[in-house]
Amino acid sequence: MDILGLGSKVDADFILDPQGQRKQIDVKIDDTKRSSQYIYYDGEDVSGTVQVKLKKNSKVEHQGIRLEFIGQIEMLNDRSTIHEFINLSKLLGFPGELTDSSSIDFNFGNVEKPYESYNGINIKLRYFLRLTIIKRFSNNVFERDICVQQLSQYPEINNSIKMEVGIEDCLHIEFEYNKSKYHLKDVVVGKIYFLLVRIKIKHMEIAIIKKENTGTGPNIYAENETIAKYEIMDGAPVRGESIPIRLFLAGYELTPTMKDVQRKFSVRYFLNLVLVDEEERRYFKQQEIFLWRKQDKDTDKTKQSAKQYAHYQRPTPANQSEENPTENSSVNEVLSSENNSDIPSD
Amino acid sequence: MATIDADNRREIARLPSRPISLEDRYDPPANFLEIEVLNPETHGFGNKRYTDYEIRMRTNLPVFRLKECSVRRRYSDFEWLRKELERDSKIVVPSLPSKAWQRQVPAFLRRDDGIFEDEFIEERRKGLEQFINKVAGHPLAQNERSLHVFLQDTTIDHDKYVPGKVRNS
Repeated sequence: MDILGLGSKVDADFILDPQGQRKQIDVKIDDTKRSSQYIYYDGEDVSGTVQVKLKKNSKVEHQGIRLEFIGQIEMLNDRSTIHEFINLSKLLGFPGELTDSSSIDFNFGNVEKPYESYNGINIKLRYFLRLTIIKRFSNNVFERDICVQQLSQYPEINNSIKMEVGIEDCLHIEFEYNKSKYHLKDVVVGKIYFLLVRIKIKHMEIAIIKKENTGTGPNIYAENETIAKYEIMDGAPVRGESIPIRLFLAGYELTPTMKDVQRKFSVRYFLNLVLVDEEERRYFKQQEIFLWRKQDKDTDKTKQSAKQYAHYQRPTPANQSEENPTENSSVNEVLSSENNSDIPSD
Repeated sequence: MATIDADNRREIARLPSRPISLEDRYDPPANFLEIEVLNPETHGFGNKRYTDYEIRMRTNLPVFRLKECSVRRRYSDFEWLRKELERDSKIVVPSLPSKAWQRQVPAFLRRDDGIFEDEFIEERRKGLEQFINKVAGHPLAQNERSLHVFLQDTTIDHDKYVPGKVRNS
C-alpha cells in the first residue's frame, strides 16, 4: 500500500470464495492484529477474482499486471531471510492503461501446498497471493494471505509410551501415556505410578512444551515455549499410588509436528512431567509426542443443526455459519452421540 | 460436575492401574526425615567463647546409617560442610545465615553482647535449621560423606576425614 499519504489511485481486492463455501480461520498476525483467512488444502485450486478499483476520474498507466501465488518461509532472527519454496506467476494484464475499475478472474490449478501455514516465534511460513501493477517508478503491490492446513489420517501404528525413570534410591516412577501420536483435538490419557518415594513431594504437574528449531547443522537456534501447564497432583504420594492424567489438547494453541521443513526449521512438541519437592527442587522428564491434524467432521452443516435444534425451526443459512463454528463439531466427536443436549462438556 | 461415564467415553477412561496394598497405604512414608537445630549453648569465658547447637535427626532413609542421632555443632562446622558440598557435589548449596562480622567487633566497642545476644542466636538457629533441612533432603547431597560426618559423627575429626561418596547400604 502507498505510504505517501496522498492516497493511492488504485486499490485491489481479492474475491476468493464467492459462494461462501470455504471455511475461514482467525489468525493472529502479531501481538495486536488478527485477521480472517480462508483455509486451503494441498492440491486444491487457488482461484477467484481480482477487483482492481480506480479512484474516480483517474487513469493509471502500467507495464503489466502480474499475479503470483507464493509460499515462503521467513526467518525472523537477526538477519531476516526469506526463502520462497513456491512461486507461481500469471500475467493478468498486458501493459496498458487502466481507465476504469475492473474484475479479472484467475485460476492456479492443483496447487501443491506441501506444508502447513505456521506463525511462530522465529519462523513464519505463509502462503499468499500477490498482485503487482508494474509502473515506471513504483509498483502497486497488494497481498492476500491464505491459511494452509495439512490433514493426516489416523496413524497405522500408535504405540503407547511407557517408561520407568528416576533417581537411584530416591525416586522411581513409571509413567505411561496412552499414545505416542495425538491429533490436535485428542486427549492425553495416562498415569504415573510411584515405585519408590524417598523425597518429600509437594505437587506434580504436566506441561506441553513447543520447541521451534531454526536452521540446521552448527547454526541451530532453538526457541522453547511452554504452551500449557496443568497440575495433576497436589500432596505427597507413597509407593504404590497411581495418579491419572487426562489432558484435553483442544484447549491449547497447538500446531501439527513439523519436521525439517525445507531443511529450514522444525516444530516439535514434548510432554514435560514435573515433580516439585518441599524445597522447590524440580524433577522432570520430557517425552516427545507427535501431533497431527485430523479432518473436521462438520461437512454437512444442515444435518447437524437439525439434530441440535430438534425442537426449533430449522435455522436459515445466515444463522448457521455463526452457530456451528468448526470448533463445536470437533468437540462433538469426543462426546458420545447421546450427549448433544444439556450436559456441558468437561 | 457429572462423573465421567467410562463406558460411553472409553477413549478418555483412566488407564487401568494396580491397586495399592494396605501396607503401602498405611505404613509410615519412606521419605521420613526430620532435622532440628535446638538448645544453643555458649561455652567458655570472655573472648574465648563460642556457641554450639544440638542437631537432632530422625529418619528412615536407608542412606543414613543411624536412624536417630544427636550431635553438637557450631557455626564454623556448618561453614565446613558448606565448603565441602560446594566443592564436591554438583548442587547449588543454599547460603548460611550471615557471618555477622559487625557483631564480632571487640566487646568494649559494642553496647550489647555481639554474637552472644539471645536474639541473634535465635535468628541464627532458625537459619541453620533451614539450611540443614534444605541440604539433607537433596538426593545428591545425601551421597556426600561430608553430610554424613556432619550429621552423625559425634565429632568431626578433621584428621581422619577424607572426602568421598556414600552409597546405599
